[in-house]
Amino acid sequence: MNHIQAKEPKGEWAVEARGLVKTFGDNRAVDGVDLNVRAGSIYGVLGPHGAGKTTTIRMLATLLKADAGSAKIFGRDTVKESQIVRQLIGVTGQYASVDESLSATENLVIFSRWLGLGRKEAKRKAEELLEEFGLSEAARRPLKNFSGGMRRRLDLAASLIAQPPLIFLDEPTTGLDPRTRSQMWETIRRLVNTGSTVLLTTQYLDEADQLADRIAVIDRGHVVAEGTVDELKASVGTSSLHLRVSEPRDIGNARRLVEQVLGAQSSVSSEAGKITAPMADADAITDLLIALRAEGISLSEMSVQKPTLDEVFLTITGQGVNHEAEAASAKEVTA
Amino acid sequence: MSQPTARTLKNHTSFGQTIRNSLTMAYRGLLKIKRTPEQLFDVTLQPIIFTLMFTYIFGGAISGDVASYLPIIIPGILVQTVIGTSVVTGVQLREDMDKGVFDRFKSLPIARIAPLAGALLADTIRYTIATVLTFTMGFIMGYRPEGGFGNVVLAALLVIACAWAISWIFAFFGVIARTASSVQGISMLVLFPLTFLSNAFVPVDTMPNWLQFFVKINPITHLVSAVRQLANDGTVGWDLSLSLIGAAVIVAVFAPITVRAYMRRT
Repeated sequence: MNHIQAKEPKGEWAVEARGLVKTFGDNRAVDGVDLNVRAGSIYGVLGPHGAGKTTTIRMLATLLKADAGSAKIFGRDTVKESQIVRQLIGVTGQYASVDESLSATENLVIFSRWLGLGRKEAKRKAEELLEEFGLSEAARRPLKNFSGGMRRRLDLAASLIAQPPLIFLDEPTTGLDPRTRSQMWETIRRLVNTGSTVLLTTQYLDEADQLADRIAVIDRGHVVAEGTVDELKASVGTSSLHLRVSEPRDIGNARRLVEQVLGAQSSVSSEAGKITAPMADADAITDLLIALRAEGISLSEMSVQKPTLDEVFLTITGQGVNHEAEAASAKEVTA
Repeated sequence: MSQPTARTLKNHTSFGQTIRNSLTMAYRGLLKIKRTPEQLFDVTLQPIIFTLMFTYIFGGAISGDVASYLPIIIPGILVQTVIGTSVVTGVQLREDMDKGVFDRFKSLPIARIAPLAGALLADTIRYTIATVLTFTMGFIMGYRPEGGFGNVVLAALLVIACAWAISWIFAFFGVIARTASSVQGISMLVLFPLTFLSNAFVPVDTMPNWLQFFVKINPITHLVSAVRQLANDGTVGWDLSLSLIGAAVIVAVFAPITVRAYMRRT
């Protein structure tokens, strides 16, 4: 894949959306969304099912008219200059937008023809893309026999025919098995290396964590948080230390030492014998471990956990996770 | 991959591009027919079965014998079958629009009308198949049109053109309806009385006066008469003009509102 001049359309913003609103009946699916996506980056829109991610993408991709607000793609208005915007974007939908009854080659040839390629050119382009996405062998089979992963790859290939500088990926890995998923991630990273801008939506927090430079967290049609992955994590707080002692009778002592050395409240789940405490300063761990050894308390397990995007998400959207319940269910799994 | 260094961005679609886009869409329709030939059952089996059935059931009663009924029934069945096939356009359009692939059509910089125009264009293949089969069945059963081969072809083209025009009505239902089966339902409700309350199967003068009034203004009657005149006598009359005017009016009314409704859903 050669590279695409992302700067070619004017402006450094690939996407600028202001106050997008879309109402379906009584349901305000998107309720004033602002988004700014810098050209050449991967931008993640993260939210639970029904948060308004797909509706937002559909408005940005000219598939749906906003009830209020406006959006620009590389400085072009999505309503007034919709036909221009369509020349700058590629859209890969949540449900593969390819023709079921046709073969992979036929699909790509038809889309290529529509994008103005000649008959031969279209055929060559289709072959190139199928090769690149590892679909050459299945090129002639009807899509009915394609796996979910193959369908997604074909769908993505179809979005890349015109080498658009901006690509929308709506939940690109929903329903894929882990191996296909990481293949998809590789492909997405490669796209950005060639200069494309990617705006992807996902329900998977680790996916946003893995791929996105910046993330907007969206819930009930609102952007509830925006920033880099690290910023979002930092906003939730510090890492936490998890300890498990070998002898249950040591729990009391160990807990006293933890609170003394780290200078923070600890919590303990008695059955599992696990002590959890916030860890502001990693250096203090050395002191804690020395103190534990001096008291003759042996540990069976120790771990430090950085806040996950799950926690970020749940903290921001206010659907706070019930830690007790989570611990209980975790125990059931280990037991 | 080749690199389009300078993108030329245009916000309008030229007429030439609209035609090319529509033809590509029609090509897609043909590929789909090739891949799923079973969707041609209605246009292949219906002409054969209906022609056999109606001719042998009604032939003796209406015209005294089968041979003299053929010039009446073949144009009738032809019109009924081909016009009935145009319903499928709306049903398939609805099915297509419910699929993810329509999102891709809409996100591509192609003429907005192309997905509609192309689908309708591809369906003329179905009308052609139905037309050829009906005439062939008739021929096998002993139908020898007096008008000659050239006029039979003209009659066939007339029916195909009218079916294409009428398919815009069902395309409109297809765009506005919520499910494919409701398109089928509404369309049959409209079409069934229209094709039977005509001169397609029986002479009009056997009907009560009030029914004759409706039958005589029914556009299907005029189309059937036009086909009979062309195929059986090789003559062109007022019925042909009426059929063509009717078809033009339908397209003039339904093409714009269908496209408008489609755009609003785009």
